[in-house]
Amino acid sequence: MTSTLKISALTKRFAEVAALSDVSLTVAAGERVALLGHNGAGKSTMMKIILGLIPATSGQVGVCGAAPGSAEARRQVAYLPENAAFHPALTGLEQMRHYLSLRGESPSKAMELLEQVGLGHAASRRIGTYSKGMRQRVGLAQTLIGHPRLLVLDEPTSGLDPVSRRDFYALLDGLAARGASILLSSHALTEVEARTDRILILSKGRMVAEGSLADLRRRADLPVLLQVIPREGAAEAVAAALPGAELRADGLVLSCGQGEKLAMLARIAALGDLVADLDVAPPSLEDLYSHFSKRDGQ
Amino acid sequence: MTRILATAGTEFRIALRNRWVAIAMILMALFSLVLAAAGSAPTGGLGVDRLSVIVASLTSLAVYLVPLLALLMSFDAIAGELERGTLPLLLTYPVSRAEILAGKLIAHLAVLALACAVGYGLAAAAALWADPAATEGLPAMVRLFATSVLLGATFIGIGYALSALSRRPSGAAGLAVGLWLGLVVLYDLGLLAAIVADNGGWFTLHGFPVALLANPADAFRLYNLSASEATAAAAGVGGAAATVPVWQSLTSILLWPLLALALAVAAFRKVIP
Repeated sequence: MTSTLKISALTKRFAEVAALSDVSLTVAAGERVALLGHNGAGKSTMMKIILGLIPATSGQVGVCGAAPGSAEARRQVAYLPENAAFHPALTGLEQMRHYLSLRGESPSKAMELLEQVGLGHAASRRIGTYSKGMRQRVGLAQTLIGHPRLLVLDEPTSGLDPVSRRDFYALLDGLAARGASILLSSHALTEVEARTDRILILSKGRMVAEGSLADLRRRADLPVLLQVIPREGAAEAVAAALPGAELRADGLVLSCGQGEKLAMLARIAALGDLVADLDVAPPSLEDLYSHFSKRDGQ
Repeated sequence: MTRILATAGTEFRIALRNRWVAIAMILMALFSLVLAAAGSAPTGGLGVDRLSVIVASLTSLAVYLVPLLALLMSFDAIAGELERGTLPLLLTYPVSRAEILAGKLIAHLAVLALACAVGYGLAAAAALWADPAATEGLPAMVRLFATSVLLGATFIGIGYALSALSRRPSGAAGLAVGLWLGLVVLYDLGLLAAIVADNGGWFTLHGFPVALLANPADAFRLYNLSASEATAAAAGVGGAAATVPVWQSLTSILLWPLLALALAVAAFRKVIP
């Protein structure tokens, strides 16, 4: 089985600045991959190279077995730009009909696509009157045209409310189940956590980490945070029993390595009714993200 | 072809919404009617039909208005898409840059043709109503319409090229106005000044006709005036029409749109979204 997207030793320089250095990755059919990184880490640059909008300085990129930007590649790739924009004088329906025609599909599917992203009611209004979230949904609708083998989505959920986000990820799941590969960048780390197969972290144009969330957690070996809320008046006693705990307004916070977690829980449980409540917070994607980004010298 | 027509359809709709269609039609209609009314006075003494005289007047009008309308519609074509941020997405679609330009050209040219048809049609109708013999001038009117569309295509192509080169609508607008002023107004003044300075030497005999043919607006004027044999009714540079063969000015009119569009495609290919 050939991979949908194959990048090896990709480097992009803008004058003296290296936007991407020696990045390699492959995305298999049906795989959902999230690209994380600061602003300016090279996410958008990488996407534009994959789409053939800008040339690479060196390295190889293969999109569905073709060169990026070739007619063959463009037929099979759908793109959602960051802050999707459309001509304000056109209605959502007209814009979709146009995009369908450009992909050689029947324009009559426009309404169906708009309804899929919840824009059916506004289809005959001009895009100039749309909110940012609505424009973003027009952008999503046009990525569903035809059966793209690769979807490149730059910040796809920016401007969407939580319910729309959930619907959007459900759409992506459906596409991935049908074999489409998805490469998306996002700032909403928590949703990426639940909805992607693999995470790539870019920092200053370098790939600093790659793997599933579980892989990254194991490799980073970040401490688990435990928040212990003592019973009324028992704060002193609990603090004495748990050396190293930090006393905060809302309880005691202590951190321990992954390996010591169960032992620590046992000690807290042994305190009996001195403890009113307990929360365990595993390292979040934010923590992992800053861990891997910092390790690269930031 | 579907892609070109889809682009043309969408662009025409945008032109309609932006009121370009209405503005262009009203402008051409107004000026044509004014000319038709004002141009009726001198017919008696010239011995030509009323419509031929009007064609001569309309030629002088079109040489200013058609390039202006063409540039006004086209300067935003690429720079505007860049500024709105719609270009990157469009370029990821399986449509070539030449196809995008072809679609835009068809739409913009349709608007221009519509405006010319309305304007010239009104003037012709007015002439025919006042003078039944004016049917003799109809071929000249058809030639004027066809060459106006070609002149429009030339300036639309040049407008696209400027739009791609400047990458910002404000810059493109400035360039378009400058180009219009240069080619349509100052060029002739420069030539006249050169003739005066040359005083009947090499430039007047050999350089001047070539210089006229090299400018699409002048070639348009030369062709329409000499082909309709209405030079007597025209003034200024039109007087030179007699010295340049019709086939030469026609060749210039036919070649310019191709050249302008080739320029536009080349400039658009260099744009990195």
